[in-house]
Amino acid sequence: MNRESISDIKPVVNESGIEIRPVYTPEDVAASGGSERIGMPGEFPFTRGIHRSMYRKQPWTMRQYAGFGTPEETNGRFRYLIDNGQTGLNVAFDLPTQVGLDSDDSLAEGEVGRVGMAVDTLKDFEIAFEGIDLDKITVSLTINGAAPALIAMYFAMAEKRGYDVARLRGTAQNDILKEFIGRGTWVFPVEPSIKLVGDTILYCAENAPLYSPVSVCGYHIRESGANPVEEMAYAFCIAKAYIDHVLARGMAIDDFASRLSFNFDIFGNLFEQVAKFRAARRLWATILKEQYHAADPRSMWMRMIAGGGGAGLTVEQPQNNIVRGAYYALVSALSGTQTMALCCYDEAYTIPSEAAARISLRTMQILMEEIGLCDTVDPLAGSYYVETLTNQMEERIRAVMAAVDAQGGIVKAISEGRIQNAVSRQALDRVRKLERGEIRRVGMNCYRAEEDEERPIEFHPFKEEVAAEQIVRLDRIRAERDNDAVRRALDRVQTDADKERNVMPAVVEAVKQYASVGELTKCLVDVYGRYEEPVDL
Amino acid sequence: MVVDRKIRVLVAKPGLDGHDVGAKVVARSLKEAGFDVTYTGLRKSPEEIVRRAVELDVDVIGLSLLSGSHLPFCRRLRELRQEHGLKDVLLLVGGVIPEKDRQALKDLGVDGIFPAGTPLDSVAEFIRTNVS
Repeated sequence: MNRESISDIKPVVNESGIEIRPVYTPEDVAASGGSERIGMPGEFPFTRGIHRSMYRKQPWTMRQYAGFGTPEETNGRFRYLIDNGQTGLNVAFDLPTQVGLDSDDSLAEGEVGRVGMAVDTLKDFEIAFEGIDLDKITVSLTINGAAPALIAMYFAMAEKRGYDVARLRGTAQNDILKEFIGRGTWVFPVEPSIKLVGDTILYCAENAPLYSPVSVCGYHIRESGANPVEEMAYAFCIAKAYIDHVLARGMAIDDFASRLSFNFDIFGNLFEQVAKFRAARRLWATILKEQYHAADPRSMWMRMIAGGGGAGLTVEQPQNNIVRGAYYALVSALSGTQTMALCCYDEAYTIPSEAAARISLRTMQILMEEIGLCDTVDPLAGSYYVETLTNQMEERIRAVMAAVDAQGGIVKAISEGRIQNAVSRQALDRVRKLERGEIRRVGMNCYRAEEDEERPIEFHPFKEEVAAEQIVRLDRIRAERDNDAVRRALDRVQTDADKERNVMPAVVEAVKQYASVGELTKCLVDVYGRYEEPVDL
Repeated sequence: MVVDRKIRVLVAKPGLDGHDVGAKVVARSLKEAGFDVTYTGLRKSPEEIVRRAVELDVDVIGLSLLSGSHLPFCRRLRELRQEHGLKDVLLLVGGVIPEKDRQALKDLGVDGIFPAGTPLDSVAEFIRTNVS
């Protein structure tokens, strides 16, 4: 190799701050920490994947985010996606539901059913999942601030339809700490918010041991401005905060750690993302084994949904987003994901159209069926470049985690708004780099065209009458339900919260009596108060 | 006598939407551009936004809206602006604003619309040109 000519070329540094060489050799792998810790798929430290035969045995689950309007409309979209081969559901809730308000709350005005499905009571869950086989289709609930109530509704709905909750699979996002950094559907202050996550973990470990009560999200932290290393580091710090909380309440690590899962973001440099996931999988397994003394290998698995990130897509020339989505899906498959979801090409503008949602689904199916991605586990293993980068990414993720711990830990950092400030500064920096063309985006800051102003997007027709329909249904339920039983159940929720007991048994009982999301949230707010957001710039 | 002071901007997130990356990016960039910027934080009602605007005696209110509820909010804000004598305050809207709604927003008294993808400096420039 001619080292002289290489030294003349322009240096390249990836988003995580690692300088990228034009050529990698076995010496680079050795210098970065060697290849001893690559191991085999399905074996500690799981660098190459959590399962031995991965997609040979079972391809990734396809789980597009969907939900809008009434539960009836959402049920229609669910059936459409399932009819087209989707293998899991990922439910989008409207904003009032996400922040614990009923559809008739004055603060919900204008927002009912707009960015997701409206839910007030168990009735809405019964309608939304009608005709869907919960044994075949696993359901993920994208809910955080109001997670206890909605997890309870899912269990109550399943039980009512004759499913055994003890055998029920599925996932709730329920990662409140990242909501304080990005996405913003918090309700309660930081400490009681963590306590509620703990309540759901403990309740599920006992009553629904196959259900994943928390999906810790690096995704939204990255979207908010973090780089790929920080995405993993902050997510791991957050996951550790939940683990520490649950351990402090007396549960053993192997009784719940295997049900924790993760949600990560994909956009940007392909090799950096693949290395990020391989490094993180190895690091998470090591943390569980060495710091928490887990014995069950499943406790050490970094199970994940990894999908196409919105921050990589462009408003300009939106059809280019179809191509980007395909590359992100490729990265996801090359990284050994368990579940995949892609942002639709029109998602920067609107609720995805049926056609756009189907293109995302077909993208994943083409990858699965046509190009050989399922044949071999971790096909990039052994690449000098990927293995070097995997070692380097792991080292950097460790360093960021250590820095967070050195400053008092993630809970303190989030409570004081420090992480929020850091990522939002970086978000501005990212926008400036895009404006200067230092980060290239085709159709946005290069290869623009005059006709770009005509954007071939079909806007989702928002129905103003959704709110009225929801309110009529809620009024009818309030008139028909046993209001004494509801009152007693809500009183128990409040008492249990007040006495620092696990609120989940009482919440489940209350939703079975058709208590509403807003009523349950109010009970908890009365005890815990509301979060006060730090707003310094 | 007019006191020479920095232009005051209130960046606000109305409604329940928690996606504040854009609002914070714009707020930070305006601060860097030399304005006196306050960010409200999430979930502010039109009433609260107007109350803060009066309290801080701002020259500009910038709303960040991504959830699709821009028309109802701006409708309510128009009434409140008239009630509180804030008609001279520049009202800007940014975020996910479909082209078909832009005229309606202008008719509701919105002075400038900056959809996602707008260069940051053009927001600062618009404010400097239009705050007298």
